[in-house]
Amino acid sequence: MYDVIVIGAGPAGVNAAIEADNLGYSVLIIDEQGSAGGQVWRNKSSSIIDAPKTETSIKGNALRDALMSSNVSVKYEARVWHIEKCDTIWNIHVENDVLTSKNLIIATGAYERIIPIPGWTLPGVIGLAGATALFKEHMMVPGHKTVVAGSGPLLFYVANEIERLGGTVEAIVSLNSRFDWLKSLLIMITQPILLWQGFKWVTAFYKKTIWQSAPIKFEGADHIELVKIKKVDDDWTPIGKEQILEADSVCYGQGLIPAIEASRLAGAEHHYDETLGGWVPTIDDMGRTSIEGLFVCGDNAGILGALAAPIRGKNAAQAINKNGVVYDIGKFERFGKAMTALSIPRAGLLNLIDTDTDVCRCEGVTRKEIEHEIITGAQSPNAIKSGTRCGMGPCGGRFCADAQAMINEHVTGKTREDIGLPTARPPLRPMPMDQITEELNYDDLPIPGVSPL
Amino acid sequence: MTNTYDIAIIGGGIMGCGAALRIKEGGMDPVVIDQGDIGQGASGVNAGTLSMQIKRVKLMPYAIKGHHEWQLMGEKVGFKKTGGLTLAFNDREAELLQERMTMKRDAGADITFVNPKKVEEIEPHLAKKIVAASFCPDDGYANSSLSGQYYRGRLTDENIDTIERFQVSEININSNGYEISSGDQVIKATRILIACGGSTKHVAAMLGEDLPIRARINTVSVTERAPRIMNGVIGHATGLLTMKQKDNGTVLIGGGWQGKGTPEEGRGAINPETLLPNLQLAQFAVPTLSKVRVVRSWTGFEANVPDFYPLAGRLGEKDNAYILGCVRGGYTIGPYISKLMGDLILGREPEMPLFDPNRVFNEDKLI
Repeated sequence: MYDVIVIGAGPAGVNAAIEADNLGYSVLIIDEQGSAGGQVWRNKSSSIIDAPKTETSIKGNALRDALMSSNVSVKYEARVWHIEKCDTIWNIHVENDVLTSKNLIIATGAYERIIPIPGWTLPGVIGLAGATALFKEHMMVPGHKTVVAGSGPLLFYVANEIERLGGTVEAIVSLNSRFDWLKSLLIMITQPILLWQGFKWVTAFYKKTIWQSAPIKFEGADHIELVKIKKVDDDWTPIGKEQILEADSVCYGQGLIPAIEASRLAGAEHHYDETLGGWVPTIDDMGRTSIEGLFVCGDNAGILGALAAPIRGKNAAQAINKNGVVYDIGKFERFGKAMTALSIPRAGLLNLIDTDTDVCRCEGVTRKEIEHEIITGAQSPNAIKSGTRCGMGPCGGRFCADAQAMINEHVTGKTREDIGLPTARPPLRPMPMDQITEELNYDDLPIPGVSPL
Repeated sequence: MTNTYDIAIIGGGIMGCGAALRIKEGGMDPVVIDQGDIGQGASGVNAGTLSMQIKRVKLMPYAIKGHHEWQLMGEKVGFKKTGGLTLAFNDREAELLQERMTMKRDAGADITFVNPKKVEEIEPHLAKKIVAASFCPDDGYANSSLSGQYYRGRLTDENIDTIERFQVSEININSNGYEISSGDQVIKATRILIACGGSTKHVAAMLGEDLPIRARINTVSVTERAPRIMNGVIGHATGLLTMKQKDNGTVLIGGGWQGKGTPEEGRGAINPETLLPNLQLAQFAVPTLSKVRVVRSWTGFEANVPDFYPLAGRLGEKDNAYILGCVRGGYTIGPYISKLMGDLILGREPEMPLFDPNRVFNEDKLI
């Protein structure tokens, strides 16, 4: 039994673990990757370990070193599939093992919002955040001629990394206008180093950036070849003439969504806040949830980015004690929110989702089918899912839930809060049966009583 | 202001919707009320097995009729008649199988005993550890996920009013009938039918009736799409396993293993201590399943009374108050027994006898 279990070893989770260790608690941190760092400070694979240092690899190594020299126990390459609270104890089911703790800190980060447009599932089209994993872990570029499209600051980071690693950026297609960025720059003044870095990136790609525009279609025989784009208005509705770009790869995404499956399964209350990326656990300023002994930190508690994450992690550890110290994240929060604001979906975005486009790629469910289901009376996410299979596949709705809710919002006029979320159920990730069970000794099978005749 | 319905049906599952359709057909004006969405309770989350072999002997005539109803609903509810096997892995189970299936056969189900060689022909991926097995060609399944879509469509077609997300907080009786409230909203009706599964006890209590209902919390799991590893429904002599692989390749695993929670607290939760043996048993029967990934495990409530027979009839001494709930086999029997219930309410003589909710409940012996 641990005092604290932390799920997720990114900057928030690791800082929470180290802080809890410093406070004298016994701590275990669990991650599905092979080492700490999360997405943002992801470790290099062993094949590129001698590659030149980057800012993220330096920060990541510092984080890993700090963790290594602490008393925190670590469990990597481990998948948590179920979380349950029994009386005052947390049972964390990791494959066929059950680990227990008095407190649970969830730091599971975020995943990408990807607006489904025709051709979005073509090979060669990858997510913006997915692309960053390629750079950091493998120093790979997605192709020779890449279009980077979507919203927010990741566009410029990804473009910069592609060219640093020897690829070519054909164009950056940014939903955000120059004016959107100008507004954010005012807030970035609080972070002069980042402001300078951002300024360098934007100026480096200024000529390649097509502002206030969006891809409307990805085309290619069996791989991406062409990207068709249009200008968008202030509401992000595509307008005007089509422009065609050639590309052998596309990095595409519209910001990040908090990964709340674990905190939902643990039973915490959640609410919708678009300024934090969508549905988030309802917490106090230290990360205390509605459930005693359950804390959240990092992007899964609302998208505030890597700068805020370490402090949020420390706060979550401090929150275990009623009189814990609060570290101030004021300026990091303002900065994080300014970056997140660039990707708050606007109503016109829905016009990019063609009626025959698969919204749910696992089950092949189109916008038209979802709309039909809603119009004929299925209005909750559970009912829409049951009728159409949207969200029933292996991704568990991670990639389609947001678009499905946007469609629902549009058809019914309900708020996202009123639309709600589908029921949270385990496993948190698809799990091979023999990984979560022991082999059965048939005579040991607990038979709770034969069904009545 | 608001009109008074002929009957308010509390619970928009198979039972409530089926009764509403019959009642409307008979000339009355019903309203269907649900705390959530139509068909999203047990009707929408059960494993969908339509198996004669897991039906109780006394309910067999109802199950045969119910099965026929599902067949008529056909593709819209994902009906498939695949045939099904029930397996015994040791002598004790073989004995149990022999005794039970003989009785079920005598009650009208087309069940035969098959030897292990024949079993291998029917289901080549099964473990070669089978001691005895029975087969029923009528067994199959429907897709419970489509219950909501199907019944919502039928109610709309028949112009039956539905009120979803209406959590009943109070029921008042007056000379005109019943006033059903949810906060400020009130629905008036001359008659009332309680058909809300796991919440039946809670709602019946609002009318002052104390029914000996306990909610069972059944667990179901589904896998990712897998290559063909099963052809029909697979069951276990004890009833602790039901499995079938859908046309899309996903495998549904059930067997009535008990999760946690109560209908008053929410939707219930799986209990790893019962889920894992359920999955172990599934892998024991079909070893190929071991490498297949489980995508989701969930629970659904089922109203349970001490003798495990349905509740279908008048509620207590009250005028115009009825109850309909069905333990064990409610999914299969639902579309049929709800018609019988409709007939009773319409003042017609039901084709088969109903199950008096006011009976003295004797504990049914579990063997």
